Amino acid sequence: MDANELLAWARGPGFDIALTIFVAGMLLRLFEVMALGKKPDLSAARGSGAQGGMRTLVARTLPRKSVFDKEPLRIINGYVLHIGFFIVLFLYEPHIALFDRALGISWPGLPSGLIDAIGAITILSLIAALVFRLNNTVMRFLTTKGDWLAWAVTLLPVLTGYMAYNHLLLPYTLMLALHLLSVELLMVVAPFTKLTHMFSFATARWYQGYQAGRRGVES
Amino acid sequence: MSAPSIEKGIEFIKTEIDAPVASFFSACVHCGMCADACLFYTETGDPKYTPINKVEPMRRIWEREYTLVGKLKALLGLSEPVDAKTFEEWETLVYDGCTLCGRCSLVCPVGNDISGMIRKLREGFAAAGHAPEGLIGASTRAVEIGSPMGLKLPALEAQIKHLKNDTGLDAPMDVKGADYMVLLSSMEIMNFPEYLEAIARIMKQAGKTWTLASKAFEATNSGIQIGVSDIARTLVRRVVDAAEELGVKTVISPECGHAFTAIRWDGANLIGRPYKFDVKHILEVLDEFVEQGLIKTEGKEDAKLTYHDPCQIARKGGVVDQPRNLLQQIASNFVEMEDGGAMNWCCGGGGGVSANERADEVKLTAFNKKKSQLQALGVETLVTACANCRLTLEEGLEENEMDIPIVGLTEMLAEYLVDDDKEKQAS
Amino acid sequence: MDDLSLGERLRQRGVSRRGFMKFCAATASMMALPPMMIPKIAAALEQAKRPSVIWLSFQECTGCTESLTRSHAPSIEGLIFDHISLDYHHTLQAASGDAAEHAREEAMQANWGEYLLVVDGSIPLGANGNYSAIAGISNLDMLKECAEGAAAIVSVGTCAAYGGLPMANPNPTDAVAVADIIDDKPIVNVPGCPPIPTVITGVLAHFLTFGRLPELDGLGRPKAFFGQSIHDRCYRRPFYERGQFAETFDDEGARKGWCLFKLGCKGPTTYNACATAKWNEGTSWPVEAGHGCIGCSEPRFWDAGSFYQALSVPFRDVGDTILAAGTAGLAVGAAAAVWNRKRKADAREKRDTITIKDLSKES
Repeated sequence: MDANELLAWARGPGFDIALTIFVAGMLLRLFEVMALGKKPDLSAARGSGAQGGMRTLVARTLPRKSVFDKEPLRIINGYVLHIGFFIVLFLYEPHIALFDRALGISWPGLPSGLIDAIGAITILSLIAALVFRLNNTVMRFLTTKGDWLAWAVTLLPVLTGYMAYNHLLLPYTLMLALHLLSVELLMVVAPFTKLTHMFSFATARWYQGYQAGRRGVES
Repeated sequence: MSAPSIEKGIEFIKTEIDAPVASFFSACVHCGMCADACLFYTETGDPKYTPINKVEPMRRIWEREYTLVGKLKALLGLSEPVDAKTFEEWETLVYDGCTLCGRCSLVCPVGNDISGMIRKLREGFAAAGHAPEGLIGASTRAVEIGSPMGLKLPALEAQIKHLKNDTGLDAPMDVKGADYMVLLSSMEIMNFPEYLEAIARIMKQAGKTWTLASKAFEATNSGIQIGVSDIARTLVRRVVDAAEELGVKTVISPECGHAFTAIRWDGANLIGRPYKFDVKHILEVLDEFVEQGLIKTEGKEDAKLTYHDPCQIARKGGVVDQPRNLLQQIASNFVEMEDGGAMNWCCGGGGGVSANERADEVKLTAFNKKKSQLQALGVETLVTACANCRLTLEEGLEENEMDIPIVGLTEMLAEYLVDDDKEKQAS
Repeated sequence: MDDLSLGERLRQRGVSRRGFMKFCAATASMMALPPMMIPKIAAALEQAKRPSVIWLSFQECTGCTESLTRSHAPSIEGLIFDHISLDYHHTLQAASGDAAEHAREEAMQANWGEYLLVVDGSIPLGANGNYSAIAGISNLDMLKECAEGAAAIVSVGTCAAYGGLPMANPNPTDAVAVADIIDDKPIVNVPGCPPIPTVITGVLAHFLTFGRLPELDGLGRPKAFFGQSIHDRCYRRPFYERGQFAETFDDEGARKGWCLFKLGCKGPTTYNACATAKWNEGTSWPVEAGHGCIGCSEPRFWDAGSFYQALSVPFRDVGDTILAAGTAGLAVGAAAAVWNRKRKADAREKRDTITIKDLSKES
């Protein structure tokens, strides 16, 4: 199989398979969670649960000052990682073309050169995340094999994308194929690792926020 | 009814896992930020105290029982099972190493309510026979005698008699249709009788009718701490039955943190229906009284003092502003503790830890947090509003040879009430 | 046919020494050879004797020959072509029928082991090779026969190099490339649909100069011409870097000459010299004319998705896939939900009331 064939597979059956697993897998996870149900809270409400849910959904995006002060670098790195990943994913024109085809909506992107720089920052940030994880007693203690996997499958698309763009190591066509394959790997793995947090962060925040809202407590 | 067993424990945990719990486990990214929010971790430096690790048995059961990937992992032998060893290993983390203070839940970037999960996990540990002796004893006394400290009605009646003799104030019992039914914690009856006196004086000045209930004077709920809903329900039902029998409008939860959680939030869910009365914490009531001008204070405490927020009242109960409003009324030199309010640090003895002798050592280690906070402030007096916090703090201060008096906010407020009926305060 | 050397022939045709050296320099630069090689190329070409070339056309459209003949009437590349002894070429030779086949056999015998075999078109293997035959000889047999005595083979055009259009799905004739059949001769692929004439002549010039084929890449193409992608040499590249793309063929971006990536340009994955060599004597090339590269010099370019879909876009309609996956997810999810509900209900049923007597292990 040469690079062109690999690319054709990645753009054809590979993508379909990966997308199917991603969508079906995430739905499966959602159903698995929701099927477990939640008993209604019968205690007298002090405030609005829905308002609390919405508030926490948004507010938890920023850390409390005392939390931030403890490890500012790690927390900033977390933002760089997430924001960098989102910019590269959603604001690179070739990616927008994909979303346009998938969802029929498009939006203005950023210059490719800028995306390139942000991609480099994102890669460094992911590596920094690994270093933080290795050097933090608690994180090292908590880390599972799944975490390494999640880290690797997150890094690979950014790395191969960066390498393809900059013609590093391998011919562009092969690297582009590897890039698409790595994205497909991410899509296949995501529903079955902690990467589910891309969606479940919202339900988790909602549930805590909802209870906090009903009780009129901070969250 | 059956003997405790690991299988039973696992089945219980399975029933406790709901959509929020599943969401929380699906969202955790192992960032470890909850560790720095937990005083058991910060004071011991041992990563096993990382809050999310304390619910690891629950996560394993969730993954294995309720996810496809977990079932596959189990088939392939890729996941660790939950067995007798797991329960043994985690028992001290679930009971001794967590006060259910809920601080971790507030820092989790994905919004996981970890302390809520530990509360649920305790159901399984208790069913598996892995609850600590101290809590089993307290629960047994609560169910059989009527109070976790083994205190019976005559002891309360004796205190009421003392009160009458000493102050001439009355503490009415079983008055139908009273505005307020007042609950007490047995610690207040035994260790801090000033509380009852304060209530009597405040109610009198506010012109409110109130009553104690002979069938349900005890507010604490060991069932909540040990994590047995069936016991918690039995205990809560006593209060509900008494309050509805007496037809009171409002039940006042005393200066006790978990009692407030038990009656205010968990109770209706335990008995499976809403109450026919309101539940308020005493500080909420006092703040209302002051605001409505029903009670007036004069003079202020000059000593430099700070307020320790009981977790269940502030962070989990939402009673944060009221104590501060009240302290503004009666203290001229009130200073906030670092992280005061919703992000306060636990005393180290909540959530059943103080009733669990096995946890004494780690509890004292955890107290170092409070110790350093207090040392940083250099206060002369410490005010709080939870009998359990108060006892834990007193013990910790004594152990560390720190001489800071601790007072309950209610009794402190009562001391500064305007003395408008001196004749009844004779002797 | 005379025995003049190339130098003599060029001078005969009135090409100056200066013009000749310019050609040599251009050839050197196209093949990425150092400038010090220019005199060597000149000397070698000056002295080169006409090699015999046999040109076989199989399943093809004659576009490759058209490309070659149309573009270079007065050029030095054309003269180079005059200089080789094209002993057999269906389309171009005057002889036909038996006489033509005779010429081929004669040339083969006379130059056995030394002639250059040029092939355009793919070779059908289906129906015992009977989908295409010349003078009763199947393409497959003729290729094998001619390859045997060849010094080297040049596969001109994407069909000969990679199977090309005849091999596109569903490949009804079972077409294959030259290299799929011949494995004991040096083969150079000069893909393109059609290939750039300069590239064909460049390869021949290299063969004449050095007596061997140029350095090849993994796909058997001369690195000198196929070393860089269209995208990397494209004059519209700055627009790609700035994120300026034509969204349709008639929008403002298209008029302003912005990048055609989103309109399906395959420049990034296509390795060819179009952007620098251009077409029609350097007049223009597809991207300059406002159409994205279709990647015609790459293997399986016909089956690499729509010419008008961006490289980053999957082949199939993503919406369809999501819909299908969603349906599957709902089904699997519903099954999992039922299963989980049952598991939980079972556990709830088994959960009996706990009293204080049930707390201690001893009891």
